[in-house]
Amino acid sequence: MSNHASLLRPGTPAPDFTLHATPDQSVSLSEFRGRSVILAFYPADWSLVCSDQMALYNEILPEFRKHGAELLGISVDGAWCHAAFAKDRHLHFPLLADFEPKGAVSRAYGAYREQDGTSERALFVIDGEGVIRWSYCGPVGVNPGADGILDALDEMKRNPAESAP
Amino acid sequence: MTRHSNLRPDVHGEDHAIGPADAPVTLVEYGDYQCPHCYRAHPIVAALRKRLGARLRFVFRNFPLTESHPNALHAAEAAESVAAHAGATAFWRMHDAIYQHQQDSDDALDDAHLVSYAADAGADPTAVRRDLESETFAERVHGDFASGVRSGVNGTPTFFVNGLRFDGDWTDPDQFLSALEGAATASGG
Repeated sequence: MSNHASLLRPGTPAPDFTLHATPDQSVSLSEFRGRSVILAFYPADWSLVCSDQMALYNEILPEFRKHGAELLGISVDGAWCHAAFAKDRHLHFPLLADFEPKGAVSRAYGAYREQDGTSERALFVIDGEGVIRWSYCGPVGVNPGADGILDALDEMKRNPAESAP
Repeated sequence: MTRHSNLRPDVHGEDHAIGPADAPVTLVEYGDYQCPHCYRAHPIVAALRKRLGARLRFVFRNFPLTESHPNALHAAEAAESVAAHAGATAFWRMHDAIYQHQQDSDDALDDAHLVSYAADAGADPTAVRRDLESETFAERVHGDFASGVRSGVNGTPTFFVNGLRFDGDWTDPDQFLSALEGAATASGG
C-alpha cells in the first residue's frame, strides 16, 4: 500500500528511537511497550488549519485512545517549533523532533524525502510487542485521514497474534 | 496503489438530505459550521444543486473541529435541534443561515446568535436553548463525526460523490460539476 519502496512493512520490528518532545523532554518508542503506538510522520508544522493532519488527529485522539493506542507525530522541525505549533493548535499529543541528526528516524522507517529534506506523509501502527502491523505512505499534499489507522487497530483487536496483511 | 475512501455508513434515513432519494448523484458533505472553507463551499454547493436540479441529492453530515473552532459543536447541535423540533425544511433554513452569518462578527455563532437563527428558521427558541444547555444532540453530532473519521474525512469540507471521496478541487466549480456529471452518467442519470 505504499508508493515508497523503502517504507518499513508490516511484520518488521519497529526501530527504537529517542527524540525530543519538548526542548527539555525526550520520548523513546520502547517506553510504550505493551501499548499500541501510531507513528504519524508528516512534512512540516504550520500547514493550513482546516485540512491539517495533526489538527485532525487531535480531534480523533479520543477514538485512538479508546483503541488503547498512543499517537506520536514526527517531523524534522525542531522542538521549539513543535512547541509553538502544538500550543497554537491546542494539540494534546507529543510532536517529536527528528532534528539531530536530521531525519535519522524518518530514514530508519523508510519515510524520508531526500528531495525536500522532510519526512514523508507516512503512517505506522505498532503493536505492544514493538512490531509494525500496518504502514502507509501517501502523497505529500494529501492528508491521509484516519480510516486506515482505525481499520488497522480493529484488525489488531481481531487478530492480536498475527501480522496484519 | 491508492487507497479509496468510501462513505461509511452509506446515506440513511437519519441523514439530512435534500433532493430525490433516487437521484443519480448523491453528494455528501462533511462540514463544520465555523470553518471558513465550508463557508466558501456553501454557495458552490448551492449553485451545483441549482444546476443539477432533481439529478442531485445533497446530504450534510457534521464534522466539527472543536479545538480549532470553539462554536462549531454548538452550531451543529443547534441545527440538529431545529431539525428535531421544526422538521427538515427548517433544518435547511438553519443550515443556510449559519453559513450566511458565519463571517458577520466574532460572536456570530455564539449561543445567543444560534438561538436567534433557530427562531428565524421556525423553531421554538426556548427549546433550542434548552437543547444546547443540556447537550441533547451532542451524541448525534459525534456520531456524524465518527462516521466521517471511518469514511476517510481528512479536513473540512470533505465531499463524497456516490460514496467515493472526492479528492479533486471543489473550489473549481467546473471541475466539481464535471465530477458530478460524470457520476450521474455512470449511474445512468
